[in-house]
Amino acid sequence: MSLLEISNLSLSIHGTQILHDVSLRLDPGEVVAVTGESGSGKSMTALAIMQLLPDGSEAQGTVILDGQDVTQLSEAQMCDLRGNHLGMVFQEPMTALNPVQTIGAQIGESVRLHRSDLDPAARTEEVLARVGLAGMSPRRYPHELSGGQRQRVVIAIAIACGPKLLIADEPTTALDVTTQAQILDLLVELAHEDGMGLLMITHDLAVVAQMAQRITVMQNGAVVEAGDTPVLLSAPQHPYTKALFAASAHQAKLPEPVENAPLLQVRSVVRDYALPRTGLFSDPGTFRAVDLVSFDIPRGGRVGLVGESGCGKSTLTRAILGLEPVQSGSILLDGMPVYSDGHPNLDVRRKMQVVFQDPYGSFNPRHRVSRLITEPFHLLPSPPKDRDARIAEALRAVGLSPDDAEKYPHQFSGGQRQRLAIARALIIRPELIVFDEAVSALDVSVRAQILDLIAKLCGEYNLTYLFISHDLSVVRSITDHVLVMQNGKIVEKGATEDVFSAPKHPYTQTLIEAAPVLPITDTA
Amino acid sequence: MLRYTFKRLLSLLISLAIASLVIFMVIEVAPGDPASFMLGINAQEDTLAALRAELGLDQSKLQRYLGWVGGMVQGDFGTSYQYRTPVSQMIADRLWVSLPLALYALALSTLIAFPAGIYAASRRGKAGDIGVMGATQIGVAIPNFWFAMMLVLIFAINLRWFSAGGFAGWDKGAFAALKSLTLPAIALALPQAAILARVMRSALLDVLGEDFMRTARAKGLTKGQALRRHGLRNAMIPVLTILGLQFSFLLAGGIIIEQVFYLPGLGRLIFQSISARDLIVVESVTMLLVFAVIVVNFAVDLAYAAVDPRLRART
Repeated sequence: MSLLEISNLSLSIHGTQILHDVSLRLDPGEVVAVTGESGSGKSMTALAIMQLLPDGSEAQGTVILDGQDVTQLSEAQMCDLRGNHLGMVFQEPMTALNPVQTIGAQIGESVRLHRSDLDPAARTEEVLARVGLAGMSPRRYPHELSGGQRQRVVIAIAIACGPKLLIADEPTTALDVTTQAQILDLLVELAHEDGMGLLMITHDLAVVAQMAQRITVMQNGAVVEAGDTPVLLSAPQHPYTKALFAASAHQAKLPEPVENAPLLQVRSVVRDYALPRTGLFSDPGTFRAVDLVSFDIPRGGRVGLVGESGCGKSTLTRAILGLEPVQSGSILLDGMPVYSDGHPNLDVRRKMQVVFQDPYGSFNPRHRVSRLITEPFHLLPSPPKDRDARIAEALRAVGLSPDDAEKYPHQFSGGQRQRLAIARALIIRPELIVFDEAVSALDVSVRAQILDLIAKLCGEYNLTYLFISHDLSVVRSITDHVLVMQNGKIVEKGATEDVFSAPKHPYTQTLIEAAPVLPITDTA
Repeated sequence: MLRYTFKRLLSLLISLAIASLVIFMVIEVAPGDPASFMLGINAQEDTLAALRAELGLDQSKLQRYLGWVGGMVQGDFGTSYQYRTPVSQMIADRLWVSLPLALYALALSTLIAFPAGIYAASRRGKAGDIGVMGATQIGVAIPNFWFAMMLVLIFAINLRWFSAGGFAGWDKGAFAALKSLTLPAIALALPQAAILARVMRSALLDVLGEDFMRTARAKGLTKGQALRRHGLRNAMIPVLTILGLQFSFLLAGGIIIEQVFYLPGLGRLIFQSISARDLIVVESVTMLLVFAVIVVNFAVDLAYAAVDPRLRART
């Protein structure tokens, strides 16, 4: 008998249809993945199993867990089930734990709630060890732990009562690749050794491909295809599945580089941050975020910068943009320093633009597109005469219509907003663009389109850019050269293809090994 | 935690020093000579000089400041120009009315606001929430003196449960004293409770949207359990801030209510002293109120750290 059997589950929230006839099956000890892009209904399916749907939800169909239809259970019965036979792990380990309670209290709480036969303290130590945190004091607070450790604690809470089914909703999306690999290994190990069913919800096909026995692909609230992983990967049937695979493995076609003299020269840059004083009169001490970093970007060069969170990527970016002073070394753009006399050098600043990660937070919602994308004009000594023509050109260049100039940002999708962000960067024809995790928040198919757009613009404008990302496959597809950063140092640099095919530094090797890869399939 | 406490204590002392200097300077530059005020306009110049010397008004400003601060540290607040009695004695008498009144009002306000805020948050958008929010809207809008007069009209004049004003005194027993403070405390507390309930509700609603509340629900806690065990403590930071501000206000800001109920509190003392140019009393009471505000803020800072372990770690 299946552990979980969802049949014809439909869901509407305040009258809007969210799920259509979703069916899904999972056996004990099995790993089943649900995948799809944002808005496909995969998280709602998980919440329907937990019966933690938002207010105003109406569900039809059955969700049979271990012989019981959870849609028919009372709230009190569901409370007995949740955390006991049904555990759930969420996406954001940084916020999924109560910041004012110790981790021991939070793990012990589930035990006290459901398992009076167990000693909460002893069980807490046991599950901490089980999730690879043996010896971690249960009296520690979440803020004292790293993201990976916190996710382990969240998993410990979920498995504390020995659930039959564990639901993991994007459990590694917020984590670095090496941490992601460890957490995925842990989840699979728990499923195999404890005979738990694991329902894995993720947008990342490469993650799915490595661990799931079966995959269910969802689109717009409906299951479009489901099957055994090897079969589905080698011969996807549904056009959407094929498109998803194609987008995941997408390689943007960069035009041949035309490289010239160096445009950006970074020389032995050091950036220190003062640490809090430990005593009243003691020296505060410093943290070296960027440690003697040197590299060049030639005019027309497309350079990637990869590394895990906390490696100094963002600090280096801020220094390049002239937002902060550096303690030693120099950063020159076109021979001129980016930061001088205590403030960013405006002559240089107008030659650089940046595209940020979050297409939602980086626009003032009350401004129209025409005003948003012309913001960089403030950097020019006098605003250009042909303002409207420049707006139309920038919008056309990024695949939008000049008519969009009078719209507000909320009228655009995430991918379109990222196009707007690129239009904003292009409008003053900068010599250098910094893409700071510019495609990380996007779905795979949108990401593929934006990467194609960047490649196209490379040909039209002979762009020079620094592309910062934690996603190795993206960097591989969109850059000619790559820098690998660890603990504030550049540990490896070289032509992108050389570094990826034959990494020399052990850290680069670890990164590349840890990154999940989608098996190459024939999607034609 | 020790270092945090020490740092807060240091900042408390610095604040007090700055506050005393500012109060002294502001009041000293205020126009009006206490000596000529006390003796009337027909006073002789040599009598005025003698009185100024007696009051210490002929000394340099620095000497007077140091004398004032030095005295206060030893509990000597000087002598009132007007009544010729020790200021410390006058303040102590009044404090026995104002401090219990403030604490009484604060307790009432908390007892009303916490349950109301929690109830409204847990029934967001439903009839209970709308009812509580409507009531707090009215509570915030109505001035407390009007409210005080209504209380007098209903409970003192019509029902005759309480006296309409005056203070029975602690020597008549705690019950009689508290009884005469009850109507003023309610009048002071209700607008404060309305504000506090709204803050409590919105702080809780913010917390309810947090990811860890979903984790708590996924653990098998009911909505109510999750709210009480994981929501409340996280919602306390904004609530504590408002609570601290309210206590300071209640201690000093009861002037109108003290007038309405004819209570011999600090507010009335300060009011009378200003009219009489009794500078030494005004300075001392102001300093005392500043001291109270700073000490309450210190206590609130310590309470923050007790609630949130991240604050303990940061210092």
